[in-house]
Amino acid sequence: MELKKLNEFAWEIPKSGNMKVPAIIYASEKLLEKIKQDMTLQQAQNVACLKGILKAAYVMPDAHQGYGFPIGGVAAFDMDEGIISPGGAGYDLNCGVRLIRTNWTFDDIAEKRKELLNNILKDVPAGVGRGGITKLSKSVLKEILVKGAGWAVENGYGNKEDLLRTEENGQIKGADPNAVSEKAFSRGMPQLGTLGSGNHFLEIQKVDKIFNPEVAKAFGIEKEGQVTVMIHCGSRGIGHQIASDYIRSMEEKYGFADLPDRELVNAPINSDLGREYYAAMCCAINYAFANRQMILHWTRDVFGKVMGTTDGMTQVYDVCHNLAKFEKHTVDGKEKLVCVHRKGATRSFGPGREEIPEIYRSIGQPVIIPGSMGTASYLMVGTKKAEEISWGSTAHGAGRVASRHEALRNFSGEQVRDALKQKGIELVATSWKGVAEEAPEVYKDIDEVAKVSTKLGIGNAVARLVPLGVMKG
Amino acid sequence: MKKFEFLKHTADVKFRAYGKNLEEQFANAALAMFSIITETEKVKPEFEKTITVEGADEKSLLYNWLEELLYLMDAEEFMLHDVKKLKIEKKEKLKLTAHVVGSKFKKEYEILSGIKAATYNEMEITPKYVQVVVDV
Repeated sequence: MELKKLNEFAWEIPKSGNMKVPAIIYASEKLLEKIKQDMTLQQAQNVACLKGILKAAYVMPDAHQGYGFPIGGVAAFDMDEGIISPGGAGYDLNCGVRLIRTNWTFDDIAEKRKELLNNILKDVPAGVGRGGITKLSKSVLKEILVKGAGWAVENGYGNKEDLLRTEENGQIKGADPNAVSEKAFSRGMPQLGTLGSGNHFLEIQKVDKIFNPEVAKAFGIEKEGQVTVMIHCGSRGIGHQIASDYIRSMEEKYGFADLPDRELVNAPINSDLGREYYAAMCCAINYAFANRQMILHWTRDVFGKVMGTTDGMTQVYDVCHNLAKFEKHTVDGKEKLVCVHRKGATRSFGPGREEIPEIYRSIGQPVIIPGSMGTASYLMVGTKKAEEISWGSTAHGAGRVASRHEALRNFSGEQVRDALKQKGIELVATSWKGVAEEAPEVYKDIDEVAKVSTKLGIGNAVARLVPLGVMKG
Repeated sequence: MKKFEFLKHTADVKFRAYGKNLEEQFANAALAMFSIITETEKVKPEFEKTITVEGADEKSLLYNWLEELLYLMDAEEFMLHDVKKLKIEKKEKLKLTAHVVGSKFKKEYEILSGIKAATYNEMEITPKYVQVVVDV
């Protein structure tokens, strides 16, 4: 495969064979070496073959092999000629991250860290087999699928301020519960308000370094040592079921014979099935918004109980990193509505976009990039440059480099816990084996990912956050 | 002969399930998948369930079979102990009928990992084994 260097941080797989556009990889030499080790580049090339794809198939710095699309894959499609693909939005629809700032510094919570974590473990349902709030009825779930985090706030979980500081205000338009199968309902009902497992976590952090004090201040981050809280989770079983349901019906209706990979099955955006999938996907997006909203509420409750107040616990922002969305972008000098797929990528809009809440509109959208368990995370700011060269997108995390299987062979959960403790990080978890799978060693270097994003200018580092305590789902 | 083995994969879990025919391979694929979640031998064989799924081809039958088990885990807290009597018939579509044994989720089961979905990524069906990558 030909790989052409465009500049220090951009590489191109030129158009060849069935590719309709080139594939562009945003990475440093160091990250590219890792990316080359699995099927990421092949998958990017496959995405470039899809009907109606515009400009290029983009690969973000944290990319690794996915299914259909690579994780860290971004592609936009023409609304008339293009397709929508469940494999391009992912199984964990609206997996995303929420960041909360506080008035405390590390010293204020140092002695209460364990108590906070143990209470979070008790009050925020996590792990496999742990149900959410008392069983929901189908009619209430329907309402949640339309209203998202708005439902949660109406029902006493958090406040309206939180909604303003959430992508899509926590409720994406276009959701239609009639497009959601009975099976998806059955998976969604017992799980609302649960963190899940795998790479999902809830973290108490402190600000380690501020790169851009002015922007940081606008985002509520004032000083090094300031405590923040990060929540990382998604739509759980309902999102997974919606993805499978529509992969199945798109296969039946359109087949996959012309596709380079079966997992890239799709439907025209402008078709009944394409529209139905979009309406169902929006339901899963809203479910995930409600989920994170409830978890935020319980987390605030725990801080209230242990610290005596929740004053200052303001949400910075909540970003999605697995979905497809209709957005306006400039194509050939003209503004055009396109369907952007972000599979393991974060929206990173620059100043002025109407999608950004008013309080941040003149600055740019807050972008939150979680590290792996026990490593740093980044708060960044979206840019105009991202709108020009990556459909307003940047990385979504550190990205894995080694398999869970290898992790289990090389580490035990207790070892990981002890290693984190040495670094001053407390860890609680629902499963120690699950902890081993998420050992920081199996992830790429988040600092390198943030550096590449900043140097390219597709998301600029504002502050580096380091964990003080982690609850792993 | 071993029932299944795990292979190297960057982010997700890849396994091969062996067997003397497709039916045995499919049964072992279910055990492989649940062994990612918990130690299946420790799941109590409290009740039996009959599962029927269809597929347009062997790959979609395998995908739908594994997806059905994940659905049952989320919706009914079903944990798999063993697969008894798995039969695949060729009609207009392929039809799989299986009797699965297990119990509802119990606190004493150690959970190793969750699974989001089965995928078609790197899926292979060969005379000796079937290969699947699951999204975890």
